[in-house]
Amino acid sequence: MKKAFSKVYLLLVFLFLYVPIVIMMALSFNASKSRAVWAGFSTKWYEELWRSASIMDAVKNTFTIALISSAAATVLGVLACIGIMAMSRRGKTVTMAVNNIPLLNADIVTGLSLMLTYVFFGISLGYGTIVFAHITFNVPYVILSVMPRLKNSSRSTYEAAMDLGASPVRAFFAVVMPEIMPGIVSGFLLSFSMSIDDFIITYFTKGAGVNTISTMIYTQVRRGIVPSMYALSTILFVLVMVLLLITNFAPAAKSRDDSKKGK
Amino acid sequence: MSDHLIDLVDISKSFDGQLVLDEMNLYIRENEFVTLLGPSGCGKTTTLRIIGGFETPDTGKVLFNGADITGLPAYKRQLNTVFQRYALFPHLTIAENIAFGLKIKKKSRDYIRDKIKYSLKLVNLEGYEDRMPDSLSGGQQQRIAIARAIVNEPKVLLLDEPLGALDLKLRQEMQYELIRLKNEIGITFIYVTHDQEEALTMSDTIVVMNQGYIQQIGTPEAIYNEPENAFVADFIGDSNILDGIMIQDRLVEILGTRMACVDAGFGLNKPVDVVIRPEDVELTGPGEGAMDGVVTSVIFKGVHYEMEVEANGFEWLVQSTHMHEVGAHVGLRVEPDNIQIMNKPESEDEKAVELDV
Amino acid sequence: MSDRRSTRRRLLAGPYIVWMVLFTLVPLAMIFVYGFTAPQGGLTMANILAVGQKENLKALLLSLKLSLLCTVICLLLAYPLAMILRSNTKSSASLIVFIFILPMWMNFLLRTLAWQILLENNGVINTVLTFFGLPKAKMINTEGAIVLGMVYNYLPFMVLPLYNVLTKIDDSIFEAARDLGANSFWTFVRVTVPLSVPGIISGITMVFVPALTTFVISDLLGGGKILLIGNVIEQKFTTTYNWNVGSGLSIVLMIFVIGSMAVLQIFDKDGEGTAL
Repeated sequence: MKKAFSKVYLLLVFLFLYVPIVIMMALSFNASKSRAVWAGFSTKWYEELWRSASIMDAVKNTFTIALISSAAATVLGVLACIGIMAMSRRGKTVTMAVNNIPLLNADIVTGLSLMLTYVFFGISLGYGTIVFAHITFNVPYVILSVMPRLKNSSRSTYEAAMDLGASPVRAFFAVVMPEIMPGIVSGFLLSFSMSIDDFIITYFTKGAGVNTISTMIYTQVRRGIVPSMYALSTILFVLVMVLLLITNFAPAAKSRDDSKKGK
Repeated sequence: MSDHLIDLVDISKSFDGQLVLDEMNLYIRENEFVTLLGPSGCGKTTTLRIIGGFETPDTGKVLFNGADITGLPAYKRQLNTVFQRYALFPHLTIAENIAFGLKIKKKSRDYIRDKIKYSLKLVNLEGYEDRMPDSLSGGQQQRIAIARAIVNEPKVLLLDEPLGALDLKLRQEMQYELIRLKNEIGITFIYVTHDQEEALTMSDTIVVMNQGYIQQIGTPEAIYNEPENAFVADFIGDSNILDGIMIQDRLVEILGTRMACVDAGFGLNKPVDVVIRPEDVELTGPGEGAMDGVVTSVIFKGVHYEMEVEANGFEWLVQSTHMHEVGAHVGLRVEPDNIQIMNKPESEDEKAVELDV
Repeated sequence: MSDRRSTRRRLLAGPYIVWMVLFTLVPLAMIFVYGFTAPQGGLTMANILAVGQKENLKALLLSLKLSLLCTVICLLLAYPLAMILRSNTKSSASLIVFIFILPMWMNFLLRTLAWQILLENNGVINTVLTFFGLPKAKMINTEGAIVLGMVYNYLPFMVLPLYNVLTKIDDSIFEAARDLGANSFWTFVRVTVPLSVPGIISGITMVFVPALTTFVISDLLGGGKILLIGNVIEQKFTTTYNWNVGSGLSIVLMIFVIGSMAVLQIFDKDGEGTAL
């Protein structure tokens, strides 16, 4: 009874989350541009995708911005974590409080405040202003993922490395780095996907002529979406799904046996 | 009417296709301190969880006062459990933790207050009512877990390795505390542990388990002095376990030497396991014992010396208050009633008694 | 010696601290600069008080109403879900990936747009309804559609913290409650809920704030006719170019965000919460 309920419930949640996605995917194969009419199966939107310079530009922008900003955020964030750990209690609290502002504040306010600043100081909006904005909201995610790891990494192994003659820098790379690596990786991936998915902050900090996938879709909403955007999203979605399947299921199947060894 | 409080009848249980308990039968009498003892994975905790109602057996029945309670959920059973890691509710104060069960049973406010006071006194933690669990030490948390269980006046208290997380000294203190508690409140205790010393100190009855089978049930003395098989002998205390041949009644051959013993009824020239406790091996001058040997190591253990003596190709473990130097030639003598003879395992089932330690 | 070393290590945070000042604190200050000045210059409270104007106040109240509704619905939907995922130890890792991580990779705008297609007057749901001979329902461009869109987008932010906090509770705590006579209902009320408060609180924060401040969901599913406070602010910047009033309203919005967090903090005794 209880089992049946959970199964049905999970299924409903699944449908709720995936029906819109399936609809998008279906539309990417619709021969008609109209979303109300099914005019037969076609892959023409996929073909058009490669030919559209503006879409390809948006794709390139989206991924380069995400890559640059999350890489920069990872470096800034990891350095900051080490620095913050060495701070006094008070310094730690203040720094972490400011660090949390972009996480807790409304995206619209973060975006607007950055835009006002750029304009006020005469920085013209464009590709660079988006990158700066993305770094700003990405670093907190890196710090959130790395900080707990760094806190838990044992001081004694670091000291043992120095005792054995390693310089502090060398000891850090030899001992601490491997311990916090999972945090760094997940921080990087988290900020990368946050950057890809962001619309609001990009919307306010981008200049004319620069588009990411998100802002491109938004401007198309009123004029009618070019179905190539559905095609593009479908490709991205399937790509990520395959990646997730590989990374999640391969190790999961193994560890599952070990975890369930009751007495 | 039998005096059985709990009967386990033909209980089997497997997890993920792995058999943990195999048609186990066990009864527990009223007011008894029973210990389920065995290495990890022997099925002792599963047995306890079946009695507590946290696991349902695949086959078999659990009887409580003769009534079948196999399908009864945990919250309706007249038993309470002291969990291995205390399982105190971290969001509730000590008093609220203890009152938890009583509030559910809708007891009066005065009754609950009295009970909290009484139970805290019983576990020597008066005045801790308003503390939070995480402000207490491990030993104190364990006492609260016991207090929380016994205020409900259960017929049976189930204890799942309750001292496992405590340090040695605290563990010994708590053993005496538990015995005192048991005597004061006079209910049945079912205690699970892998620590033979705990089992020997506290129990009225010990149930030795291995790989899902009961190996032996008996008083601590019986378990220690007359282990029924090599597993029990090895698991309980130190012992010398040797291959022997029962030549005839009251005569056994060990390592080529014939020795007198008190066991009979094994038949003629029958291969057997022989157990001799290290404190039962007497060291004599060379030639004066049943066989001669050379001391190969000596360790001072406080109350006695522990020595290893090589004799007839076997490394004997010997405990004695007299020290013999390494390299000294000695004789070994064992009193006939200190030689314990056991059948070798025969059937497939008894594979479980083989030593895998 | 070690003092000097820790000073040197502290310096590693330097670049980020400079960054935070330039890109977090200065921009916040800019909002206040614009919010408290008139376009011609000079201090004024008018931009803040603009929230009292009829259409602004209406938008703010509607935002509060819809975001509260969304938060409550998310909590009610997410709690059983988190409990199911918790008890489902075997497959939950992969389930979580598929429920929460994967959908995020379909663009947020397109996902929301898909609901437009589902809810439209000639959309998928109405087509199904007509097929069964049922009357069409007016769904698109309603407040309900906006709440649906909010729930759809923010549900994962409620489930994840709840799931995290629930999995941290040891099984023996629940067993202890049952052992002491609590049935499923009492175990839930007396043990599960109190112990999951930190998760509930971070879930509420993570759903309520974006729902309160969104302008995209209302844009896509409200047909541009239902204005939330986010829409009003966005228009002040992108169409009517009244940046000072826009900043003033943003300050009001921040006050509500901070206020809601302060209220939630009261319930979170430990003051820790569970950030993601």
